[in-house]
Formats: sequence, structure tokens, C-alpha cells
Amino acid sequence: MTDQRIARPTDDRIDLSVDLGFGKVLPNPLMTASGCAANGAELHRFFDVSELGAFVTKSVMADPRSGRGTPRMAETPSGMLNSIGLQGPGIAAFVDTDLPWLASVGARVLPSIAGSSSTEFAHVAATLRASRAFEAVVGVEVNISCPNVANRGLVFACDPGASAKVIALVREQLPRDVPIFAKLSPDVTDITSIAAACVKAGADGLTMINTLLGMVIDTDLMRPHLGGITGGLSGPAIRPVAVRAIWQVRQAMAEGRIPVVPIIGVGGVRTGRDALELVAAGASAVQVGTATFNDPTAPVRVLHELTDLLVEKGYRRFSDVVGAAHGSPLPPRPVPVDERSRA
Amino acid sequence: MSASPVRARVAKEVAEVIATRRVGAYQHLTLVSPQIAELARPGQFVALAVGDESSATLLRRSFSIHKVSPSGTYGGTVEIVVSAVGPGTRWIVGRQPHDPVDVVGPLGKAFPLPTEPVPCVLVGGGYGSAPLFWLSSQLRERGCHVEMVLGAASEDRLFGVVEARRSCDGVTVTTDDGSAGHRGWVSDVLPELIDRTGAGVVYGCGPMGMLRSITDIAGRHGAVAQVAVEEAMACGVGVCMTCVMPVVGTDGQTRMVRSCVEGPVFRGDRVRWDAFEGNHARVPDDAVGAPRAGGH
Ligand SMILES: Cc1cc2nc3c(=O)[nH]c(=O)nc-3n(C[C@H](O)[C@H](O)[C@H](O)COP(=O)(O)OP(=O)(O)OC[C@H]3O[C@@H](n4cnc5c(N)ncnc54)[C@H](O)[C@@H]3O)c2cc1C
Ligand SMILES: Cc1cc2nc3c(=O)[nH]c(=O)nc-3n(C[C@H](O)[C@H](O)[C@H](O)COP(=O)(O)O)c2cc1C
Ligand code: FES
Repeated sequence: MTDQRIARPTDDRIDLSVDLGFGKVLPNPLMTASGCAANGAELHRFFDVSELGAFVTKSVMADPRSGRGTPRMAETPSGMLNSIGLQGPGIAAFVDTDLPWLASVGARVLPSIAGSSSTEFAHVAATLRASRAFEAVVGVEVNISCPNVANRGLVFACDPGASAKVIALVREQLPRDVPIFAKLSPDVTDITSIAAACVKAGADGLTMINTLLGMVIDTDLMRPHLGGITGGLSGPAIRPVAVRAIWQVRQAMAEGRIPVVPIIGVGGVRTGRDALELVAAGASAVQVGTATFNDPTAPVRVLHELTDLLVEKGYRRFSDVVGAAHGSPLPPRPVPVDERSRA
Repeated sequence: MSASPVRARVAKEVAEVIATRRVGAYQHLTLVSPQIAELARPGQFVALAVGDESSATLLRRSFSIHKVSPSGTYGGTVEIVVSAVGPGTRWIVGRQPHDPVDVVGPLGKAFPLPTEPVPCVLVGGGYGSAPLFWLSSQLRERGCHVEMVLGAASEDRLFGVVEARRSCDGVTVTTDDGSAGHRGWVSDVLPELIDRTGAGVVYGCGPMGMLRSITDIAGRHGAVAQVAVEEAMACGVGVCMTCVMPVVGTDGQTRMVRSCVEGPVFRGDRVRWDAFEGNHARVPDDAVGAPRAGGH
């Protein structure tokens, strides 16, 4: 990363920069959420996507996928259910078209990758690495909240062993200076154990949370509303779940149960105040998902609102607020990546 | 999807309602929305937020643009025709003059206009006629002979009969209950109309079942159908992938395409009607990336 992508923080009132590790410094902590921003061109009509700390793309798999039939969504109080089925162009088309386009507009990209087997994840990561626009990639988000075909469709993120295997394989495919983030599902009994398994396996950070499994029944038809029967719940309705998950994992880091790595918070953020809640719980960066459907400018609007709010509260450095709700400061990043045990 | 970066210009603006009036079963709203009025073309739509920035109803509601006046007395205006069917549309029809509404648009692809002055038939079901008058004027400016068919369940659900008479060369009305015009469906009168006018293009906007039958009839009578579809949309701007439907591309391959950016107007014979059951579309087995046995 030698070019202007390591942008300087643009606000002279406060240092908003975020260190993702390995020299990957983002100018600010705001990102899109995977699957809520497509691959950039659509939102670029509303704001310059390079203004964001990073742009997170729709989870991409090895081959083109049609996704599921319709209806794919149901609106719920302060949220929605979706059942898209990871529709996408496949990694070859992604690296040919989408990634170069994002690079051309100066975006820092956090591609989200998915697979239905750990080898598919590895293949997608390898193709990404070999692509011509790879220099735009500031990190890779590994969406382990998707079904594992080898285990009757149980999502990887519900099983520490399966999660660790995916993370270890992806880590091997990517250069050392490209951090990888495991995206966790909140639909587990103990999210800290999955987080620990991922970090041990080589995850350089965690993204929390993916959607919660939900269901809506059409009472006219007396049938499930969604084509896929169940769907993922997102939006402001799930924000308290995101705050709780981030809090618990950050707490486990403070207690030394999990090595300290950056957390990217996501779930129900609609305003700068919402973002601050996730940050205070322990998130070093924040993604805006479903709120973008209400307001296509939401990711940058939240950035401006968060900036103003922090300045108003007298902060000079964004990093000072991360985890502030825990009270005492956390120990500094202790363990270099090479010494971390591998799963 | 990835192959077609979206470039069309679009605006988000807080519009003021300057007029609202009841028209039969519908509410006709006029919004001061200069940027959208400037950019829009017939067939495109707008997406309105429901409630304010803290509303628990997050998803926008989509409406065809009925008319734009880029240089009205109040600045450019955009008009929509709303049928109150649920909480979102009820909130919108309850807006009073001077109330603000947050609008995004113009969205989607417009009706393609023929390069030659061919005769055209425009078919509107219920409020589906809303975008057709504007389309009709543009077609007639190009020298096309334009006839319109307006169909609805009953007279109060017809929209724009008077305006149709003003903006078209001929108007046929049908109602299911016979309360106005011919008793029956638009599909009963369409074949004769296409044959009589020698129509080259049939434009349609209305319920999916109607669009399907327009497509069939147009095909059998030598005309091309251009239909504006309605699929549940979460974002309206192309980022969520909820609004998809199976459509055959120029390469002959079926894909699940986003009706908010690649539609809402599609060539009727490109839509895989065989995959629809009511308003729900399954993924055809031959679609690109369709689930395989044992796969996803
Ligand atoms: C491109 C397009 C153009 C449209 N033009 C018009 C128009 O000119 N006039 C008009 O009255 N209506 C139009 N509609 C339909 C209108 O958007 C829906 O009736 C409205 O969203 C229903 O919201 P609700 O809260 O009242 O109903 P509810 O049934 O409570 O809505 C629940 C959810 O389902 C979605 N939904 C329900 N029905 C539809 C539908 N038919 N289409 C899309 N989403 C739906 C809503 O967005 C919402 O998220 C159009 C829809 C589309 C996609
Ligand atoms: C329509 C839709 C599609 C999504 N697709 C993906 C995806 O492809 N990969 C992924 O990791 N998360 C996906 N998500 C989850 C979001 O990235 C995010 O984790 C979740 O929605 C919670 O954040 P929010 O409340 O801000 O939306 C999707 C969410 C929605 C609503
Ligand atoms: S409505 Fe979101 S992609 Fe079409």
C-alpha cells in the first residue's frame, strides 16, 4: 500500500484513523456492510465511496449464483428479514469487473468472501490474491455465516472447528500484510468461543454481527412469507444484540481469554449515536447495512454524525473511544501474529 | 449485475407536498422535487420514505412517476398516484400540503421509445395507467398513433380516463364488473385493437398477471410488449438484491435480475413468466447459477 489509499484523516478537529494492523490504516472507521451496498457503483451515485474508511463488497463465492426465488424480503418492526441466498457473479467476474472499478474510484476495499466448503473459501481467496486490482484490498472479510454443505448446511460460524478450518485455509492464501476478519453469527450459545477459535486459527480481526435467523408467516396465505422460509433479521431492531456481542468479545479480550484484535461492529446502525454505541462496546470500525435501504447516503451520513458527536464530546482521537464503556483501558496489542498458535 | 455499473443520475431530496387530491380509489400527490423532475423519464419511479428519520418503517415505498413539470410555479414537481393498501401507503396518502416527504429518484429504466413513428397501444391496469399519459405525449410527439386501454376491477379503480381521452388517439375502458366501459378484462379487447391499429409496440403497466397476458397477446399479434413490473423492493437503488425476477438476457441466458435497476420496464418476451406463481418467482433450473441438486 503505497498510494493515496492510505488516506490522511480528513477532519482536522479529530484524528479518525483506524489501524487494522499490518500498516493498513484507514482514514476513518465507517464502512458499508456486506450485501447492503452491492459492489459500489450504485451508491457512488449518491456519495463518493472513497470517502468511507473502507468499502465492504457483497459476499462472493467461487461460481455465479442465482440466489433464491422471491419473495426475498419481509419488513419487520425497525428491520427486515432477507433471504437472498448469496446471489452473485462469482469470484472471476468480481475480480474482472467489480474490484477494478472500486480501485479506479480510489476506494479501499474489504472484499467479503464466502463458500459452501472450506476449500471453496480458499479458492476464492487465492483468486482474489492473484487479481490485478488486489492493491485496492485493505483486508478480507470472511463470511463464515453461510451453510457448510459438508455438515448438512449447518453454518460454519456455529461450529468452532469448522470456523477455524475456514479461517486457517484463507489465512494461508493471502499475503501476511492483508488482515482477515472473521464475520461471526450471533445465533450461537457463546460467541466468545467462536471468536477465540477464529483468532487462534489466524483471524486478524472479527466482524460482528451477521443477521439473526428469523421467520415471518403470511397470515393470508397461512404459509411462510419468504421463498427461503427463514431469513436473516437486520436493522435497528438487532442493534442491542450487536452491542452485546461486541461487548462480550471485547470483555473476553480484556480478560485475556482471546488475543486482542480489532473488532468491526455491525448491526442496526442508523445514526452517529448508534455507531458510537458499538464503538464504546469495543468496535474499532463500524459498518452500516440495512439503514442504507432507508437512506442511500447513510454510511457517509453516519460518518459525519459520529465525527460531530465525538468532537462535541471533546475527543481528539477516535481510538480513545474504542471500548470506552468498559472503563479501564485494555492492554496494548500484545501477541505478534507469528507467535499466535494456529489451529 | 456486476457487468452493468449503474451510471444514471439520481437524486435524494426532501420534497414538499403542494397538492393532494382524491381520484376515485386513489390519492394523487404533487411534490416539489426539482432535481427529480429534471432527470425523470416515463416508466421510471420514485421511492418515498415512510415517516421521519427515526421511523420504525425502514423500507421505502415505490411509485411510478405519473408526471413531471420541470419548471412549475413552485419549482419542478413530480406527481404520483397512490393506492392505500397497507401502513406505508396509508401514511403517504395522509400527507397534507406543506408536509415534507423524503424522495429518491428517478429510479430504474424508462420505457424505450420507438425510433420510427409506429402505432402503439398503451395498457394500464388500475393505478398502472399512471405513467402512461406522459409516455403517450412523448410517443405522439414522435408521430406515433397512440391508443390506450384502461382496465380495473371497478370504475373507482380506473385512473385517468379523462386524461387518456386528451392525450391519446383512442381510449378503450374495461371493468371486471361492467361499472364502466366493456365488462371484462383488457385482454378481451387488446387483440382487436392491435390488429386494427397495426400496433408495433404494446406498453403495459399493472398487475403481473395482466402483464403476462399482454405479452402473450402482443406476441401472437406481431407486436413487441414493453412491460413495467412491480416486485417487492427493499432499497429501490440496486444494492439489496430483493427485487429480482428471472429475465432472459441478450445472450439467451436467464438470470435473476434486479427489477429496480435493470427494470422496472422489461421487454415482455424476456420475462420468464413460466417461473411465476402468483407474484412469486422461482429460479428456473436453467438460470445462470441456479441451485444444483445437493447444492445450495
Ligand atoms: C416499480 C414500482 C412502481 C409502483 N408504482 C405504484 C404506483 O404508482 N401506485 C401505487 O399505489 N403503488 C405502486 N407500487 C406498489 C407500492 O410500492 C406498494 O403498494 C407499497 O410498497 C405497499 O406498501 P404498504 O406499506 O402500504 O403495504 P404493505 O403490504 O404493508 O407492505 C409491506 C412490504 O411489502 C412491500 N410491498 C407490498 N406490496 C408491494 C408491491 N405491490 N410492490 C412493491 N412492494 C410491495 C412494501 O414495500 C413493504 O416493504 C409500485 C411498486 C413498484 C415496485
Ligand atoms: C439484504 C441483505 C443482504 C446481506 N448479505 C450479506 C452478505 O452477502 N454477506 C454478509 O456477510 N452479510 C450480509 N448481510 C448482513 C449484513 O452485512 C449485516 O451483518 C447485517 O445486516 C446487520 O447489520 P445491519 O443491521 O446494519 O443491516 C446482508 C444483510 C442484508 C439485509
Ligand atoms: S430493491 Fe434493492 S436491489 Fe432492487
